Amino acid sequence: MTLLKRGLSRRRVLQTGMAGIIGSGVAPLMFTKGAWAQEFCNNPTGDTVTFGLNLPLTGAYAEEGADEQKAYELAVKHLNGEGDGGLIGVLTPTALKGNGILGKKVAFVTSDSQTKSDVARAGATRMIERDGAIMVTGGSSSGEAIAVQGLCQELGVIFMAGLTHSNDTTGKDKRRYGFRHFFNAYQSGIGLGPVLGQEYGKDRRAYHLTADYTWGWTQEESMKAATEALGWQTVEAVRTPLGAGDFSQFLTPVLNSGADVLILNHYGNDMVNSLTQAVQFGMRDRQANGKDFQIVVPLFSELMAKGAGANIKGIFGTSNWHWNLQDPGTVAFTKSFGAAYGAPPSQAAHTAYVQALLYADAVERAGTFYPPEVIKALEGHEFDGMGNGPTLYRAEDHQCMKNILVVQGNDNPTSEYDVLNVVQEVQRDVVTYDPAIFGGDLGPAEPAPLCA
Amino acid sequence: MLAMSRNDLLLFLGFTIAVLAMPIWLQPFGAAYPDLLQRFMIFGIFAVGFNILFGLTGYLSFGHAAFFGVGSYAAVWSFKLLSLDAIPAMIFAVVVSGLFALAIGFVSLRRSGIYFSILTLAFAQMSYNLAYSVLTPITNGETGLQLTLGDPRHFDRLFGEAMPGQPVPTLLGQSLGGFTGFYFCAGFLILAFFIAQRITGSPFGMMLKGIKSNQTRMNYTGFNTKPYTLAAFVISGMYAGLAGALLAVTDPLAGAERMQWTASGEVVLMTILGGAGTLVGPVIGAWLIKYFENIFSAINETILARFWDFLPDGADHFAVVVSSKFVGEGWFLTLGLVFVLIVVFLPGGIMEGVRRIAHLFDRKRSSPTNPGKTAPHPQPAE
Amino acid sequence: MFEVIFLQFLNGLDKGAAYALIALGLTLVFGTLGVVNFAHGALFMLGAFCAVLFRQLLTLETVTIDPTKLSPWGQPLEVRAPLVQAWFGDFGAVLVNYSVPASIIITIPIMLLLGILLERGIIKHFYKRPHAEQILVTFGLAIVAQEVIKSFFGPNPIPQPMPTDLRGAADIGAFLGMQANVITYPIWRLIYFLFSAAIIGGVFAFLQFTTFGMVVRAGMADRETVGLLGINIDRRFTIMFGLAAVVAGLAGVMYTPLLPPNYHIGMDFLVLSFVVVVVGGMGSLPGAVAAGFLLGILQSFASMTQVKALIPGIDQIIIYLVAVVILLVLPRGLFGRRGVMEA
Repeated sequence: MTLLKRGLSRRRVLQTGMAGIIGSGVAPLMFTKGAWAQEFCNNPTGDTVTFGLNLPLTGAYAEEGADEQKAYELAVKHLNGEGDGGLIGVLTPTALKGNGILGKKVAFVTSDSQTKSDVARAGATRMIERDGAIMVTGGSSSGEAIAVQGLCQELGVIFMAGLTHSNDTTGKDKRRYGFRHFFNAYQSGIGLGPVLGQEYGKDRRAYHLTADYTWGWTQEESMKAATEALGWQTVEAVRTPLGAGDFSQFLTPVLNSGADVLILNHYGNDMVNSLTQAVQFGMRDRQANGKDFQIVVPLFSELMAKGAGANIKGIFGTSNWHWNLQDPGTVAFTKSFGAAYGAPPSQAAHTAYVQALLYADAVERAGTFYPPEVIKALEGHEFDGMGNGPTLYRAEDHQCMKNILVVQGNDNPTSEYDVLNVVQEVQRDVVTYDPAIFGGDLGPAEPAPLCA
Repeated sequence: MLAMSRNDLLLFLGFTIAVLAMPIWLQPFGAAYPDLLQRFMIFGIFAVGFNILFGLTGYLSFGHAAFFGVGSYAAVWSFKLLSLDAIPAMIFAVVVSGLFALAIGFVSLRRSGIYFSILTLAFAQMSYNLAYSVLTPITNGETGLQLTLGDPRHFDRLFGEAMPGQPVPTLLGQSLGGFTGFYFCAGFLILAFFIAQRITGSPFGMMLKGIKSNQTRMNYTGFNTKPYTLAAFVISGMYAGLAGALLAVTDPLAGAERMQWTASGEVVLMTILGGAGTLVGPVIGAWLIKYFENIFSAINETILARFWDFLPDGADHFAVVVSSKFVGEGWFLTLGLVFVLIVVFLPGGIMEGVRRIAHLFDRKRSSPTNPGKTAPHPQPAE
Repeated sequence: MFEVIFLQFLNGLDKGAAYALIALGLTLVFGTLGVVNFAHGALFMLGAFCAVLFRQLLTLETVTIDPTKLSPWGQPLEVRAPLVQAWFGDFGAVLVNYSVPASIIITIPIMLLLGILLERGIIKHFYKRPHAEQILVTFGLAIVAQEVIKSFFGPNPIPQPMPTDLRGAADIGAFLGMQANVITYPIWRLIYFLFSAAIIGGVFAFLQFTTFGMVVRAGMADRETVGLLGINIDRRFTIMFGLAAVVAGLAGVMYTPLLPPNYHIGMDFLVLSFVVVVVGGMGSLPGAVAAGFLLGILQSFASMTQVKALIPGIDQIIIYLVAVVILLVLPRGLFGRRGVMEA
C-alpha cells in the first residue's frame, strides 16, 4: 500500500520531533534568529519544486476554475521546457530559461476549493503542509483570494491570486505575500464610465442589482461613482443573495421603477441567470423615459458570455484580457492554448498562466526561492509582452497596473467562442489610481514565517 | 465522579492512546499531517457533542452548524478585541454558543420529531443567510472574519508586546500551528470524550435515554422532560461552539459556509455513520468522512496509475479509468455509496459492525466497547 | 404603486406554483409511505437532466475537420452538421426548438421506471425503520445520483433554451384592459404556472375520483385494515412512489429554461421543499400547495426595497421566519392532522 504514502523527508522527521519539543516547552530556547540559514517554508531541497493550485472545480465559478487549471498545466509545461514555450519567449525582460525554476523541475498539486472561502483555505493548508507547495495560486472569487492570501501571509508562502476583481484584494485586505495580476472593480468603473456616457448619453437613470457580498458591494460603489460622475441618477441599488438562482422577484420591481438602465453587479452563474431572466422579462425590448432600456454587466468573461448565449449581444462590460487581441503575447498564448485544448483561453486562464510565469521569473531574478527575496523581485517590477501592454507590479499594493478592455457582446459571432468584441483598450495611465484610497496594510515580509 | 467501571476506564484509556498516537499510526494512510489531524480532533468533538443530543434523546437537530459557526466567530472576535491567547477565546466562544443554543433550544424544543428538525434548520439557515449579508459588519460576509495587524487586542496591548508579522493565535505566547495545534485539540477531544462518557453513565444520561425511548411515558410518570432535553441541547451546542472555536484557533478565519445546512447535515451523517448513541461511533464517523474529504479527493490519475501498475497493460488502464470515478472529484460518490451500504446492512452504523465482528470472535462475552449502544429504537410518531 | 404590487403578486404566484409542485411529490411519498425522502431533490434534478439528455440527442452532430481553413485561434477548422435536421429537415428544426416541452415524452416513462425501481429496490425495506435511517439512505442515494450525473454531464450548468416563440414577455395589463406595457410577464413563467396548476389538479382528481385513488387514500388512513380487506396495497404504494417521481421529474423538466440545471440543482431545492411540506403539515396535499403559494408570495413581497428598508435582510430569511412562526402557532403546520395523513 504505497498508494498514499509520502516519503518521510528529513524535514518532516525534524518537524515531528520539533512538535514534541515544542509541546514540552523547550522550543523558545531553540528559535534563535538565523539558526537555520535561509530555512523557510517548504524550501525545495530535491530536484523538483511544487506549485499548489487552488481551483474552484465545483460551485458557482467552476467553469473559470477548470479553465485556470488548463492554463496552469500549460504554464508548468512551458516552464519545464516542454511544448512550444508559449509566452516564455515573449516576456520582456525575462530571466526564464525553460529548464524549470532555478534548475528544478516544476510539479503541481491541485485542490478543489468549491468556490468557498473555508474550503479554499483548508485546501491551501493541505497543499502547503502535506504536499510541500512553495507557492499557492488560483481561485476565482475575491472571498477565496482574500482568505487564502491571509493564510499564506501566516505561513510564509507566496500567493499569486487568480481571478479576483474586488477592490479589497489589493485594498484594505492586501497582504505582503499576496499578488494580483487581474484588474479590479475600481478600474472597471474608470474604464467603462466614459464608454457608457458616449453610447447611452448623460441623462440616464440606473437600477443596480448587486450580489450581496464584498465583491458586489465594491463594484456597485465603483459603478455608482463612475456613472454619477457622468450625470446619471441612481434610482435604486438592490442586494440579491449570492446563488439565488431565480432572480424574478428582484426583476419585477425594475420594470416600473422609472429606471432606463439595469446594471447587473453579478458574476459567474449568477450573472448568466440574472441576465437571461432579465431578457425573459422583456427588458431589452422595452422603452423607458422615451429611451431604449439598456442592460450593463460591468465585469464579464467569455465563459459567462457563452453561458448567456444570445442574451449577451450588444451588452457592455469590462474584461482583463481577450483572446482575439492582436499583440504578439496574446497571439502566442492563444495559439499555444488552442493547440493544447482545442479552444481559445478565457481571461481567467490568461491571468492564471501569467501569474505562474511571473512567479517563476521573479524567483529566477532573485536567484532564490526565499519568499522575502522573491517579493522584492516582484515589487515594482516592470514587464511587457503578456498581452496587456507594458505592466507594472505596483509595490505599494501588489496590484498590476496595465491596460484593461471595454468589451461588448458580439452581434454576429463566427464561432461559439467569438462572443465578445473589444470596444476599447483603456490605457494604463487612465486606470492608474492612488493606492492610498483603499487603505490597508501589507504587513512585513520578514522574518519569513516558518510553516509547520 | 471519578469512580469509573473497569470497562469505561479501558475504553477511555484506549481512546486516549489511539488519539495521541495518531501521528504515528496514520502515517501509512497519508493522513498524518497537522491540518487534517486537527480537523479529526475538531470534528470529533463536534460529533461527540451532537451525539449527546441526538444519540441520547433522539432529537434530530438539523441546525447544529449554527453553534459551530457562532463559536468560530466568537473566538475570532476574542482574538481581535481581547487577546491572541487561545484560552479566553475558547471560554468566550463556549459561553456565547451556549447562550445561542439556549435561545434556539428553548423555542425549538416546543416541538418534537420532524417539526423540531425543521425549526432548528430554519434557525440555522437564518443565521447563515444573515451572516452572509446584513451582518457583514460582524461576520465580514463571504470573505470571512480574519485577523489583521490593526486589531485593537486590548489585553495584549496592556502588556505592550508587539508581534511581528501576521497575528496568529497563541497559547501562553506559544504558537499553535502544526503538531502543537494537534496536541492542543487532542487534549480537548479527550476531555470532551471523558465528559460525554460521564454524562452517558450518569442519572442525567439515563433520563435522556428514557426520553428517547418513550417521552410520553416519562411525562405521565411525572417528569418534566423539557429541562433535561434543553440541558442536553445546550451542552451539545457548547460542544459545537468549542469545536468551532478550535477551528478558529488552528486557522483564524471564520467563514459563513460553516453554518450552512450542508454543514449541519454533515455532522448528522458522521454520527449516524459511526453509530448514533455510542460513544466512539460518532468520532469514527467524523474521522472517516474527513479522511474521505481530504485524502480521497486528492487522489489523481497519476497516483492511480502507479497503484494499478502491477496489472497487465490495458487492464491497468481500464482499472485507472474505473477507479478514477470514485476518487478525486468523485470522492463524494464513494461517500454516498458508503452511506447506502452501511445503512442497508449495518443499521447501527460502523459500531454495529465492530460489535458483530467482536461477537463472532467471542460469543460468550458481550463486547466491552459499546456501553451505551442499543438496537435502534423506533422514534416517536411525529 | 398598484402595478408594482400586482406584478409582485404575480411573481409570488409564479414562485409559489413552483414550490407547490416540488413539495407535492415529497408530501405524496410521506403521506402514503411514511418515508422522509431526501432523494426528492435528486428526482427533480434527474427530471431536468431528461430534458438535457433529450436535447443532446437531438443536437448530435457530425464533425468533419477542414484542414484548408483555420479557426481564429490557429487550429484546423471543425465543420459541424446537425444530424436531426439532416434527417428530418424542418420538422427536425422544430423539434430542436421545442425540445424542452417535447422531452416530457421521455421524462414520464424514465421517471416512472426510476421511481418504481427505487421503491422496490431500497425504499420498501425502510418503511418500518426510524426516520434518521430513512434520511441517511435517501441522502446517500441522492449523492450517488448527483455524482453519476456529474460524471456524465460535468459540473457546470447546461442552458436549455426555451422555444423561440415563447421567449420574451406577455403584456398582461393590456390583456386585462389596462394600460399597455406596464404589467408584462415572461411567457414561459406563465406557462410554468399553468402547467403546475394542471399537474396539481390532476393529482388531486386522480386521488379523489378514481378507485385507485380511493384505495390509496384508505391505505394512507389505515394501511393494515386495507391489507386485511384483501387489497394489495403495497403494489399501489409502489405506483404512488413512481407517480411522485414523475411529478418531481416534470417539475424539473419545465424549470430548465428558467434556471440552467447542473448536478447540484436538486440539493438547492431540497431544503426549501422540506420547509414547504412541514409548513403545510406533513402528509397533507392541500397543505403543501397552500404553503407553497404562501411562501412564494411572501418571498416575492419581502424582496421589495420598501419592505427591506423596514427590516434589513428580510428577503434572505422570510421563508424560514414564516416556517418558525407557523410551527410555533400551529404545531402541525397549516393543514396537518394527526393520524389521517401520517404513517
